[in-house]
Amino acid sequence: MSTTQDDTFEASDSAGTALRLRGVRKVYPVAGEEVVALDHADLEVAADEIVALVGPSGSGKTTLCSIAGGLLTTTAGDVVVGGEDISGYSPKQLTRFRQDKVGFVFQSVNLVPFLTARENLLVVDELGPRTGSAARTRADQLLDELGLADRARNLPAQLSGGQRQRVAIGRALMNDPDLVLFDEPTSALDTHLGEQVMELIRREMKDRGTAAVVVTHDDRMTHYCDRVVHIVDGRISA
Amino acid sequence: MKIALRELRRRPARFVTATVILTLVAVLVMFLGGLLDGLVRGATGALRAQDADVIVYSDTARSTFARSRVEADTRAAVEAVPGVARTGGIGLVQLGARVPGNGPRELAATALFGYELAPTRVPEPPAPGEVYADDVLRADGIEVGMEILLGPARSPVTVIGFVSDVSYSGQGSLWAEPGTWRDVVGANRPDVELPDDAFQALVVQADEGVDVQRLAEEIDDATGTTESLTTAEAIEEIPGVRAQRSTFNQIIGVTIAIAGVVVALFFALLTVERLSLYGVLKALGARSSTLFAGLVAQAVVVTAVASAVAGGLALLIDALIGPGSIPLDISGSRVLTSAALLLVAAVVGCAFSLRRVLRVDPAAAIGTGS
Repeated sequence: MSTTQDDTFEASDSAGTALRLRGVRKVYPVAGEEVVALDHADLEVAADEIVALVGPSGSGKTTLCSIAGGLLTTTAGDVVVGGEDISGYSPKQLTRFRQDKVGFVFQSVNLVPFLTARENLLVVDELGPRTGSAARTRADQLLDELGLADRARNLPAQLSGGQRQRVAIGRALMNDPDLVLFDEPTSALDTHLGEQVMELIRREMKDRGTAAVVVTHDDRMTHYCDRVVHIVDGRISA
Repeated sequence: MKIALRELRRRPARFVTATVILTLVAVLVMFLGGLLDGLVRGATGALRAQDADVIVYSDTARSTFARSRVEADTRAAVEAVPGVARTGGIGLVQLGARVPGNGPRELAATALFGYELAPTRVPEPPAPGEVYADDVLRADGIEVGMEILLGPARSPVTVIGFVSDVSYSGQGSLWAEPGTWRDVVGANRPDVELPDDAFQALVVQADEGVDVQRLAEEIDDATGTTESLTTAEAIEEIPGVRAQRSTFNQIIGVTIAIAGVVVALFFALLTVERLSLYGVLKALGARSSTLFAGLVAQAVVVTAVASAVAGGLALLIDALIGPGSIPLDISGSRVLTSAALLLVAAVVGCAFSLRRVLRVDPAAAIGTGS
């Protein structure tokens, strides 16, 4: 991986910015035609900021999140996460980037069903550079902080919806990421539980000074975020 | 890989179907292999037992005892070849034997050898009229001290002991001194009777350090009328051995291919079922190679468990089937070889899922088209 002048510049102000998208465009070829999913999107998220990304279905929220998380590459534009410019990364480099820099909480939680809560957290360590006992200590600490210490040995099927969501949050924090991407974290929960989860997200992110992008179309949850960003037809408006 | 192994431990029920099918296939592979080994063992014991480096037939014999005839002058020429330490005449006649206590039409298939040099596992030639009998003939009711009658002429020979693993062409062998053999051949097969100083073939012991392949060629050059084979080659030339080996190996090959297909289908289905999980793991930073290694590890463990169970069953079947009834010989090495082949088939079978694993898009883990 070579360091360019731009990288150096981005790294220099990375202390204050967790995510920077500049002129990001994503085009999908569909049946011989081009569908624009993101159109010249610009977005900055500060190092400890929680941003709600709100928009209707098909507006480009998922595409934006996927690009920010290194799951998709851009058609054009720059993506810098935690001071690392990932715009031109190969799939292999993106895999390593995801191991180190970002955390994900998926819409349907998606815990590994045959692993205990603790093992679900340790998956992140097993898939990346293994740290062994340090990872085990961190997993125990996270479970404790998330109020799941007594559930560490439970399988996901033995946990409630809220507990599963908390395990997923713990998993997203295992690699001490610069940015955590939450994909509709409350969509499967009732309002009360959804609010509890959003409170937890806010507390955990703020306590750690970690940035988060929360994809949602539930306006009731946006007040837990520092800022709301709207996206319509692939275009971002503050 | 650790995750894949945990899944095996935590959800064994998911893998039971594949394990049971693979166990049955493995039992079949081991059983077929055991039958092949048993058949080959039963066909080749008499030659494998020979304490010899080269077997000399006449050049028109197509490497079989029945058509071969080695005269005294030829034997002298063989003995004169440098590197030949010792020669021994050997002859064979295959006859039905009437066993006391058995019905008049219930003949035991026997191969009577007349020999000069004692093979391993067979004592020095016995007295005239006496024979050592192959262990497998016990299944025909033959016992020590029993007089049995050979061939249509009902030539009597007395069994004075048993020897093991010396069958020939699937028949229990009898081992007599050359005179007894000549008498039996003369009485029952006068058309192939040989003069007193001739044998059907010679077994040759070479001097130490001699290249036996080259010695066989030098013997043929010296006599001009012989076809000499190393003992290993002579074993392969026993009628039926090559055909049996080829046929069984083809059947075993097809069965192992079926095992590969079973693994391929099973793990292809599992992969399809796991696509969303693989997507999540890839999003978390899993490499395709890591996921595929987990798949291979599961296939290897399932196949190893199936092979271990099948090996135990196959060895049990082998122990339960008495000697002589079915030519079955399931050895530890056959079990291990079969298991190794099945493991290779399992890994190859898994390869069919590789493309699918590689194509899992981590982006699919997030959102559903918003």
